[in-house]
Amino acid sequence: MKPAPFIYHDPATPEEAVALLSQHEDAKVLAGGQSLMPMLNMRFVVPDHVIDLNGVAEISGVIDTGNTLEIGAMTRQCDLMRDPGVNAKTPIIPEALNWVGHFQTRNRGTVGGSLCHLDPSAELPCLMSAYDAVLTAHGPDGARDIPFAEWPLAYMIPTLGPDELLTKITVPYWAAGHGYGFVEYARRHGDFALIAVAALLETDGDTIRRASISIGGADVSPVRLTAAETALVGASLGADAFKAAGEMARGIEAMSDAYVSSAYRQRLAATLVERALIKAGECATGSA
Amino acid sequence: MADTRDIEVIVNGESRVANVETRASLGDFLRHGLGLTGTHMGCEHGVCGACTVMVDGEAVRSCLMLAVQANGHEVTTVEGLASADGSMHPLQEAFWKHHGLQCGFCTPGMLTSLTAFLRDNPDPSERDIREAISGNICRCTGYQGIVDAALEVAKTMQKGS
Repeated sequence: MKPAPFIYHDPATPEEAVALLSQHEDAKVLAGGQSLMPMLNMRFVVPDHVIDLNGVAEISGVIDTGNTLEIGAMTRQCDLMRDPGVNAKTPIIPEALNWVGHFQTRNRGTVGGSLCHLDPSAELPCLMSAYDAVLTAHGPDGARDIPFAEWPLAYMIPTLGPDELLTKITVPYWAAGHGYGFVEYARRHGDFALIAVAALLETDGDTIRRASISIGGADVSPVRLTAAETALVGASLGADAFKAAGEMARGIEAMSDAYVSSAYRQRLAATLVERALIKAGECATGSA
Repeated sequence: MADTRDIEVIVNGESRVANVETRASLGDFLRHGLGLTGTHMGCEHGVCGACTVMVDGEAVRSCLMLAVQANGHEVTTVEGLASADGSMHPLQEAFWKHHGLQCGFCTPGMLTSLTAFLRDNPDPSERDIREAISGNICRCTGYQGIVDAALEVAKTMQKGS
């Protein structure tokens, strides 16, 4: 018996969950539990109330709307990896999820849980940043949409009111045949990344038409390398363009900690941006 | 007053009814509530893999799930792998044959993880197996015997199918 005592709630609908959040002062939302449960076991968090979303069926599963992929916040990471539509239209998602923990934790871990936990080096926030995903939150007054760029408020804190619940993530599709690359470096596979990079490329023949590069693990939340994205558009696919883009990552803000310096993270970011772009370039078959 | 719930869980094929504190982990419920001490609690924050059990057939960390969340679900622990007559599961046989354990602390988690993994990946490479157990820490064997055992079972399973 490790967590301190709490009152357990298991709502069946998002509305019930929001009502519980409004009623109770010191409540924590339990999604897949792969981050909150360790924190409860260690008593890093000692909430009076735990609101378990595992019975809220309607916020689980994916919908292909034609232009976007809608992911219910309680969709398990393993289910996203197995979904044929996800693999066909957003192949970078399963590619990146391979790096998330281990298969046993992906069996419980959810997409929404990771986005709300907002660990600086987690893969899912990095991905959603690359996609400019839109996050839908339900509150007492209804739903509101939050672009990913506005989602992180501070270190591990999303811009979510105390009575709001993340219910849906909308990922806009990139053109068929777009290139993608997700690479990271961690000291052990399955561990949190020192640096993770998601790269997406749309091409027309050898010419890059659209680019997105997001770096996780460097700063408190994922960083978009917008200068490199702009420089890549119109450039030809190839080692020179990718190397130059990587060099632009050398100047990003990067944290230092007990293990690695900020200079090391910057250097790693430059290398991994280049590698992610090389991967993306190799699999881009042209979208024209 | 402790917050409790009545739960019914199918554990190794048998219905178990209990009143549990809502803060109790599934692993602690299995060990203390049901006396199934085959499931080992190691790090209790999801890193070591020793407490892995199968819930509805999927390998999960029993330290990262509340017992109350298993209500209405099926749980298989290491005790549920052997046949009713006591004969060992092929994976257990192979662990014995290839010295896939020494102190035995990680073994329940290795066996439950690999049972689920081999069911979903009947033709794994050595690398696949090493990745599958990358979330199960063993400090005795150096993993070699465990990998050999899993590879042999995968081969046998294919011949059998």
